[in-house]
Amino acid sequence: MEVNTRVRALEYLIQQKAVPGIVESVPSFRSLLVYYDPARLGYETLCETLGDLAEQAGTGVLPPSRIVELPCCYDPDLGLDLVAAAQRLALSVDELVRLHAGAEYLVYFVGFTPGLPYMAGVPERIRLPRLETPRVKVPPGSAGLGGAQFCIYSVESPGGYWLLGRTPARLYDPTAAEPTLLRAGDRVRLRPIDRAEYDAIAARVEAHAWQPVIA
Amino acid sequence: MIRIAEPGPQTTVQDLGRFGQLRHGIPPSGPMDVRAFVIANRLVGNADGAAGLECTLMGPRFGVEAPCAIAVTGADVPVTVNGEAAPTHATLVLRSGDAVRIGAARAGVRAYVAFSGGIDVPPALGSRATYLRGRLGGLEGRSLKREDVLRLHRAPVPASRALPAAHATALDAEPEIRVVLGPDLERFTAEGVAAFLAGPYEMLPQSDRMGARLRGPRITHTRGHDIISDGIALGSIQVPGDGQPIVLLVDRQSTGGYTKLATVCSFDIGRIGQVKPGQRVHFRAIEVAEAHRLRRSWEASLAEAAGGPVAA
Repeated sequence: MEVNTRVRALEYLIQQKAVPGIVESVPSFRSLLVYYDPARLGYETLCETLGDLAEQAGTGVLPPSRIVELPCCYDPDLGLDLVAAAQRLALSVDELVRLHAGAEYLVYFVGFTPGLPYMAGVPERIRLPRLETPRVKVPPGSAGLGGAQFCIYSVESPGGYWLLGRTPARLYDPTAAEPTLLRAGDRVRLRPIDRAEYDAIAARVEAHAWQPVIA
Repeated sequence: MIRIAEPGPQTTVQDLGRFGQLRHGIPPSGPMDVRAFVIANRLVGNADGAAGLECTLMGPRFGVEAPCAIAVTGADVPVTVNGEAAPTHATLVLRSGDAVRIGAARAGVRAYVAFSGGIDVPPALGSRATYLRGRLGGLEGRSLKREDVLRLHRAPVPASRALPAAHATALDAEPEIRVVLGPDLERFTAEGVAAFLAGPYEMLPQSDRMGARLRGPRITHTRGHDIISDGIALGSIQVPGDGQPIVLLVDRQSTGGYTKLATVCSFDIGRIGQVKPGQRVHFRAIEVAEAHRLRRSWEASLAEAAGGPVAA
């Protein structure tokens, strides 16, 4: 977690400094990919600049996290692996839901597909290796567990995580001015909801009349 | 205004791309062959980043509903205006009522059509480029379909000119693609790297704007093919467990968990994009300094073809 914090701190320092010639950057678990324009910035100069900034990229650099509350419905019809995951962990479904929804998750980075958050903070007791056979199609909004990582699928895509529930929130909406909801460094809290509330929020999301609580 | 009669298998609106969004998981998109795209725009008097069409293997058929000029570049495609053969790599001045047909590629994959003024679609996150998987940008985030109407920004119809033949898109039968080795080089055996550089590799039909899937000599790993997921550069060559390379392109995923053997140099991305399924490529490793020198000469050659410095 400390390495990832430093990755995000380095990206933040690069943005603050607005280094000419750096085009964009992609944070991930333990690395930062930096795109640059070699016509404006030489490779050696870039390495020197990044080296200097990396030394300053400590844990105190980053601004406070946003806290995003996402409703999540743990209904076996939506959390397609909920029952199987509970069995595999030798927990009751209720206990698994309590442990999963009770944790706070840190967004390490957003990637793979648009707006998909890779999150840390999965309690030890509910960690599972990825599915033997990945699903060809995972519905968007699915809350997935894979090892020490938690993710929420942002678009329909293949996926190998255990699906515990689903949020009616849209993590990616190409028609919105800001299409992606979560950012690296956000803290995510889950609010368990029943199926009726899931359907009600989903209808409001569809009508563009619902936003999650962000503090 | 342009009315699409037949769209072709995958014709999308593109500009030079959407930058700064990879950190949100959104790739740049834009043309696979930047050089051909920019030249098409220059031939109709546009800025380099004006939105045009990228056609895949087969172009569209469309009607012209107001005077404009177009230019077709990139793949070697037959072009007709009202049934009469018309040149590619040249300005074509069109009148209201003209019918244009862009046929199947004889060589290359991607042809570009620039329209004077550029295609007027609303920018999404600052760009008109279409990202198909994300349903973002272009015309409603999708490829063109029959009866689509493309509006053009108002612009004077430019004077006709033709690009000297020497500047047309080179469509090699078996291109040599330059790469810089790494970043996960130590995860491959010496035999694996030698096999990769010996080649050749055949382009597979499931290749698209996200990635070029290739088949050829097996590239062996030292210890497994998984890494802790990290960022994927334009041109990154991922090698999963089957030892077959995948070149990640303009619509790529932003991060991934397979070992990366090398990165295709930016100036050869367009050439990869013109390799047809079944055609073969070779790879050659060069150092970063040489890649930068070749990049500068690529820019100079494009500026010469385009008739002035290029923003890309």
